[in-house]
Amino acid sequence: MEQALVITLTVNGTQVTRSVQARQHLVDFLREELGLTGSHIGCEHGVCGACTLRVDGDIVRGCLMLAVQANGCRVETIEGLSDSKELEKLQKAFHEKNALQCGFCTPAMLMAAQDLIRQGKKTTRDQIRSHISGNYCRCTGYQAIVDAIEEVIHGQG
Amino acid sequence: MKAPPFAYAKPRSLAEALELLQRPGARILAGGQSLIPSLNMRLSSPELLVDITGLKGLANIEARDGAVRIGALCTHTGVERSPEVREHLPLLAEAVAHIAHPAIRNRGTLGGSLALADPNAELPACALALDAVLIVAGRKGERRVPASGFFKALFETDLKPDEILVGAEFPKAAKSVFLELARRQGDYAIVGLAGTSRGTEKRIAFFGVAATPILLKAKSLEEAMKALPTPNADLYNTSATKRHLAGVLLERAWNKLS
Repeated sequence: MEQALVITLTVNGTQVTRSVQARQHLVDFLREELGLTGSHIGCEHGVCGACTLRVDGDIVRGCLMLAVQANGCRVETIEGLSDSKELEKLQKAFHEKNALQCGFCTPAMLMAAQDLIRQGKKTTRDQIRSHISGNYCRCTGYQAIVDAIEEVIHGQG
Repeated sequence: MKAPPFAYAKPRSLAEALELLQRPGARILAGGQSLIPSLNMRLSSPELLVDITGLKGLANIEARDGAVRIGALCTHTGVERSPEVREHLPLLAEAVAHIAHPAIRNRGTLGGSLALADPNAELPACALALDAVLIVAGRKGERRVPASGFFKALFETDLKPDEILVGAEFPKAAKSVFLELARRQGDYAIVGLAGTSRGTEKRIAFFGVAATPILLKAKSLEEAMKALPTPNADLYNTSATKRHLAGVLLERAWNKLS
C-alpha cells in the first residue's frame, strides 16, 4: 500500500521535486525533507493553527493537507516571508508590543495576521480576533498580539 | 498523530474518479478538512484516497432562473466571496463565516460538508432550510436528491459509496436568517439555525440538536415554539439547556424574518 509519488512544487520561490509517501502531511514534508522547521506542529488535527502556511496565496493548515496535494502549487512558509521582508513591519510590531513569549505559535500567528493585513482593509479589533481565532497562543495571550496587528493595520496609509 | 498508510490517485475526469471508487476501501478526498483530521487520529483507514480536486468545472457558482448552482468543490471562502451568493443566497454567505477559521475555509468545500453530514455543521441545515437539491453522479449518470431526503442519520446520507456529490442547487432566497451559538468563534455549534421565509410560512432548520438537521415549518411563532425539537445533550450542555437556547434563537430568527 505504501506508494511513492513524485511531486514538483515551488517552495519560497525555489522549485523542488521529491518523492513522497501519500500519507505525508505538507508540514512534515517541509520540515523533514526541506529542513524548513519554522512551520510548527502542534495538535496535528487542525485545531491549534501552529502549522499555518500559504499555498497559492491562501493560508492553509499544513497538517490538514497532504504533501502530494501540493503538487504543482506555490508554497510559502515563514522562512520565505521573513527573507522577502514581507513580514518586516509585523515582526517589528510583535517585538515592540511583546506579542510573544515562548514563540511557538508566533510563525503561524504572523502568517495568519499577514493574511489579514494584505487584504488592505481597515479592521476592528474584533475582526482581527476573528481572523486569528484559529491560531492558539498558550502563554502571552492575545491582547499584545492583537495590539501588534492593529498597529500595523492602522499604520498603513 | 500521523495518518496511516494509504494509496492515492488524482483522476482527471469524473468517469475515471467513479471507476476508481469501485476499488475496495476507496474514499473521496476533496478539501480534506474533516477527512485528514480523522486520518491523523486514526479514526478512519481508507485503502485508497481518490482526490477529486483535479476535476474540472466542479468549483463554479452559477446563478440561473430562480436558483444558484454551486459546484461541490467550491470552497467556503469561495462561497463567502461570491457576488451571486451574496445577492441571491445571503444565508449561505452568512453561514460559511461560522465554519471554523480562515485557513480551514480556504480548503474546506461545500460538497465535503454536505456529504459528511456532521450533525453540528452549518451547511446541511442551510440546504434543508433553502430546500436545496443535491446533484449526485454515479456510473449510470446523475440523479437529483432533495435535501429533505439526503440527510439520513448521523454522518449518513443518501450517497452510495461509489457516487460523488457534484453540486447543489439552492433556490434563491432574499429573506433569511442564520444564528449560531458556540463557546468560541469557529467551534462546533452548541445549537444553531438556518431560516428562510416562503410566503406566509417560515422554514427553520436547526443543527446541533439531533443526528441530522431538523426542519421545522410554521406560520406563527407560537406554532413554531410548540414544534421546537428536544435536542440531544452534548458533553457540556444538557438537553434542557440546549432546548432553551434553541427557543431563544428561534424567537430572534422569527423577529428577523417577519
